[in-house]
Amino acid sequence: MSNAVEFDNIDVIFGNRQAESLKLLDEGKTRAEIAKVTNNVLGVADVSFNVPQGEICVLMGLSGSGKSSLLRCVNGLNKVSRGSLRVYDGDWSVDVTKCDGPTLRKLRRECVAMVFQQFGLLPWRTVAENVGFGLELRGLAPKERRDIVDEKLALVGLDQWADKYAHELSGGMQQRVGLARAFATDAPILLMDEPFSALDPLIRNRLQDELLDLQEKLNKTILFVSHDLDEAMKLGNSIAIMEGGYVVQHGTPEDIALRPANGYVADFVAHMNPVNILRGRAIMHRVTKDQRDATGDITIDDEDLRITLDDGVVQAARTTESGQLKLITYDGTLPVDLDATDNSVIFVAPDDVLLKVLIEMRSITQNPVILTREGKISGTLGRREFFDSLTQTASAPD
Amino acid sequence: MEWLTETKIPLGQWISSLMDALNEHADFVFYTISDVLEFIIENTIDFLLWLPPLLIIAGFGALAAVLHRSWKLTAFTILSLLLIVNLGYWEETMETLALVIYASLFCMVIGVPLGVASAHRPWLYQAMRPILDLMQTIPTFVYLIPTLILFGLGVVPGLISTVIFAIAAPIRLTHLGISSTPKALLEAGESFGCTPRQLLFKVELPSAMPSIMAGLTQCIMLSLSMVVIAALVGADGLGKPVVRALNTVNIAQGFEAGLAIVILAIVLDRICRRDNNETSGQ
Repeated sequence: MSNAVEFDNIDVIFGNRQAESLKLLDEGKTRAEIAKVTNNVLGVADVSFNVPQGEICVLMGLSGSGKSSLLRCVNGLNKVSRGSLRVYDGDWSVDVTKCDGPTLRKLRRECVAMVFQQFGLLPWRTVAENVGFGLELRGLAPKERRDIVDEKLALVGLDQWADKYAHELSGGMQQRVGLARAFATDAPILLMDEPFSALDPLIRNRLQDELLDLQEKLNKTILFVSHDLDEAMKLGNSIAIMEGGYVVQHGTPEDIALRPANGYVADFVAHMNPVNILRGRAIMHRVTKDQRDATGDITIDDEDLRITLDDGVVQAARTTESGQLKLITYDGTLPVDLDATDNSVIFVAPDDVLLKVLIEMRSITQNPVILTREGKISGTLGRREFFDSLTQTASAPD
Repeated sequence: MEWLTETKIPLGQWISSLMDALNEHADFVFYTISDVLEFIIENTIDFLLWLPPLLIIAGFGALAAVLHRSWKLTAFTILSLLLIVNLGYWEETMETLALVIYASLFCMVIGVPLGVASAHRPWLYQAMRPILDLMQTIPTFVYLIPTLILFGLGVVPGLISTVIFAIAAPIRLTHLGISSTPKALLEAGESFGCTPRQLLFKVELPSAMPSIMAGLTQCIMLSLSMVVIAALVGADGLGKPVVRALNTVNIAQGFEAGLAIVILAIVLDRICRRDNNETSGQ
């Protein structure tokens, strides 16, 4: 997959003594030391990573860690002091650090759209006029604008509110207007600067879900700034954790959760709720060939479980206590007709199911969960694996 | 102390010489300006007086009704203007109205662009501030004399003095409005690809509009407060009867003409003012 955004040794320094500050940075001075000498503020230091097309990349860190500063470089709201930052849109590409005014405007009008923490809606315009803002700047006639605006408002479920003013809407709705405005330009890259932080937790959760749903349809490249690891884990295909202007770890959510690069990241991870992030494969007891006995079956000793396989495909399972168990293959929804506890059944689920769901399965059956990858058994989740995952001692997946 | 007073710096002399020089070498410029302005204002006054007073009063009433949707304001506007007709000051009121309209027009046409320019260039605002302070605080009579010499007697020196006195308000308020445009809105504009011109017309000016409108009402009020002084240099209008009343110690006339000025001020202010709950509208 090709990259949509490439950060290449990006340094950002705020202030008017750039050369001096860069020299100090090269000498390994910290943000505080640079500020003491030159009075300039180090925003971002030596950041290099790529964002593949169609992915959600979350920039995450405490306030002042440089995550917003980095995000705002992508559409030139912040000036890059050194390094190169390339943005790709199909065949078109531009180095934001070197482009002239008209090119930057083309980038902002057609290629990169932005959603703001405080919404940034123009209060003297109606919802529809706000959504059409980017199109208006591009010089589109009001009639063509109207069609696109209606379509995008329907997309975020606000078609009934087109003629209201922003302040007549709730916070969550205002941010939907912000989203619709960003979608209206059909830019393939979306910058989201803590878009849900100003909203209450319930609405935030709902908007996160909506964003994921929309992303299924629209398949944009999204750079998302957040200070909330749960949010980052939920949304991100990859996460870049920043501290003091540096990216201290860049990887998948599971990478971050299971292999924190340093104490700073580990601190974040310690405060997150693992059930929403970890997937079965990260915590399961892996099944290997040599665990099989002569008949090809697998016995999990501490659960007293025996699984019969046929070329890796689960055929039957039994325990000495309950005898033969009824297999239920998980297909995205949990059956509702099961009793609260029914230990005569056992779940078979794909190994990328979230821990949250797996815990529910376990609590229904009191039996382990069998995990599969592409139909074949890949592991099991017993009592010990569940406890380990919740106390953060799970072993890393392969 | 003697050394300090020994040789007086001829500051007044310099200004006086400058005025003499201007009057001598550039008098045709000032006379042309004076003639043109006088022609425009006289014709406007003639037109206003040619219209039946009731029509103008109805027009003001309609403006109040349409802009503010308030029957109270509409009734107040119509009744108070009828009172002016009844008192016999309609002609003077129209003369003053013409003066106020042109003074405010000049102030806004010059003041708003200057306010915008100074908001974008801090050095320009720094340079303008002492001049604005000077124009607002220097006693009016001081610059009434040179304008009188340069432009001759009549409505024009009155207009020019009024503009000098009132223009600081729209400049300052436009500057305030533009420079207090929320940063979030500026960034939203920029991030969607505004040119500097689009940023001005689609973000900054709409955002500064309440402040600019406050500048306009301020400007109208300041212009009205100048009508008596304008009358001293020969401008027609409600200032004349006030000056005459002062000279003849005529309490009745002074009060009536003064009341007419107040009524005109309140009517114009209420009609031009944007209500607080209207700020969301465009």
